[in-house]
Amino acid sequence: MSPKTAEQQPQRAFVQQVLGRRDYAIISELVEPGSKVLDLGCGDGELLAWLAENKRVIARGVEISPACVQRCVAQGLSVYQGDIDAGLADYPDHCFDFVILSQTLQQAHRPLGVLREMLRVGRRGIVAFPNFGHWTVRLSLLWSGRAPRTELFPYDWYDSPNIHFLTVEDFEALAAGEGYLIERRIFLSGNRGIRYRPNLRAQVAVYLVCHPGQS
Amino acid sequence: MTVETQFAGFDSLALDCGETLAPVRVAYETYGTLNSRRNNAILVLHAFSGDAHAAGISAETGKPGWWDNMIGPHKAFDTSSYFVICSNILGGCRGTTGPGSVHPAAGRPWGAGFPVITVPDMVRLQKKLIDSLEIERLLSVAGGSMGGMLALQWAVEYPEAVASAIPIASAYRHSPQQIAFNEVGRMAILSDPDWKGGDYYGGPPPAGGLSVARMIGHITYMSDESMREKFGRRQKAKSDGFARSFEDEFEVEKYLRYRGGEFVNRFDANSYLYITKAMDNFDLSASYGSLAAALARTKGRFLVISFTSDWLYPSYQSQEIVRALRGHNLDVAYCELPSNYGHDAFLIEVGEQTELVRHFLANTFKKAA
Repeated sequence: MSPKTAEQQPQRAFVQQVLGRRDYAIISELVEPGSKVLDLGCGDGELLAWLAENKRVIARGVEISPACVQRCVAQGLSVYQGDIDAGLADYPDHCFDFVILSQTLQQAHRPLGVLREMLRVGRRGIVAFPNFGHWTVRLSLLWSGRAPRTELFPYDWYDSPNIHFLTVEDFEALAAGEGYLIERRIFLSGNRGIRYRPNLRAQVAVYLVCHPGQS
Repeated sequence: MTVETQFAGFDSLALDCGETLAPVRVAYETYGTLNSRRNNAILVLHAFSGDAHAAGISAETGKPGWWDNMIGPHKAFDTSSYFVICSNILGGCRGTTGPGSVHPAAGRPWGAGFPVITVPDMVRLQKKLIDSLEIERLLSVAGGSMGGMLALQWAVEYPEAVASAIPIASAYRHSPQQIAFNEVGRMAILSDPDWKGGDYYGGPPPAGGLSVARMIGHITYMSDESMREKFGRRQKAKSDGFARSFEDEFEVEKYLRYRGGEFVNRFDANSYLYITKAMDNFDLSASYGSLAAALARTKGRFLVISFTSDWLYPSYQSQEIVRALRGHNLDVAYCELPSNYGHDAFLIEVGEQTELVRHFLANTFKKAA
């Protein structure tokens, strides 16, 4: 696999980058039609625009790149240019039905703070992240002795937008510690769903979480 | 496209200060065509020293409008789709009633006897104009700097009449720094002996004071980067750095003197005083208890734009507006565009601004229709 840098492979809605259309189907399954949705780190707005068009959601987004914000506005999306680590404080409690963190958590400076804010402004959170526990990642580190570079984590260590690596088990432990209710967990390898040993076999994990009593 | 300034007259306008202006005249221009459903009208709001001539070539002066790069067929404000209106503000000196207008009873210019005016007064007069054009709901109110303040005031005061607002490089109220710069400009005028208590019409205007005020203004509209790029330290060839006279040696000096002198020919010093005071006194949060409470009244979409190098209306001021809107989960998009042009960017750096505005308007039109 040829090395890729953050520049060469711009952050897009993770759906297309990692899973193709399959992830639209998953998030579409989780997001109720006509609901209020906030996408944190919404990139060029691909997923939000799709949800607005196909699920008639009221779509909002936060994105740090001005170029991406412009592409979002071009699609009719109301997106705020800002940092998700800092930017949710203004929203009132539970003003969204769903808050989406798609391929964003591992890029946040304070992921726990983002998760807590997510479930303050949203009734439910959809968290999708690449699984650092996948066997290819483990083998890559074991065999090469260097920071793992795989299909899921294609960046050189010095050039990666990912700053907090987590596995399926890590997220489960954090969710338990925070007292989150996990309503759905979906594990994917390529386009296939996975049930058995997800921490080893899942490339991507998608969680639907909420505070108990919120759902 | 040649355009002519038009005029509308109204019997009276009640002002916030308690006085009533009667009669009142408004200078305005329009571009494009109002559709049969009368739902494609956009009110463009000029900045402090602007006028009604926003686009096209003036039949009178032969000059292009102040936002000609943004308004026209297939531009940001696409006049092949929308009907764009721009009017000179109350207190101005470009055709709308202001301190230089003749007091109807006295038969001579108002001067410093002109009543104190506010940004809400300016918007109230514009509402009369829009009503007279039989437009119930504007597709958008849009403007930069003070124009953005008027756009906000429109959205808050007339929520039913505003489908969207685009405040650019603006603020919901002035910071002490902005008031300070305006105060220096006002003091330059007030300390010019030709100001004569505001009663200089018929004689020489306070040209020195007004041009110094404008020079300060121009400094605040640019940025360190844009000035370095535009002027550097370039000097007249003969200068040895030991000039005894205080002539304009540096190009930046020459530029400022030129712009200051030019301003005197097109702007009235009393309008400068009245309008800057109205801007400084404007505080959207004051009338409704808080900014959040004011913006909670709005019923349209918002597109807020700021520029990285704008230190006169820094991005944090735009973000204050956006955050208050988000506090009520209102429909707002915000982008801080990269630019080296300082506050002037909204007039100059129009490439990305055009993309944002054009798509925002198209989507607003689609949703409103």
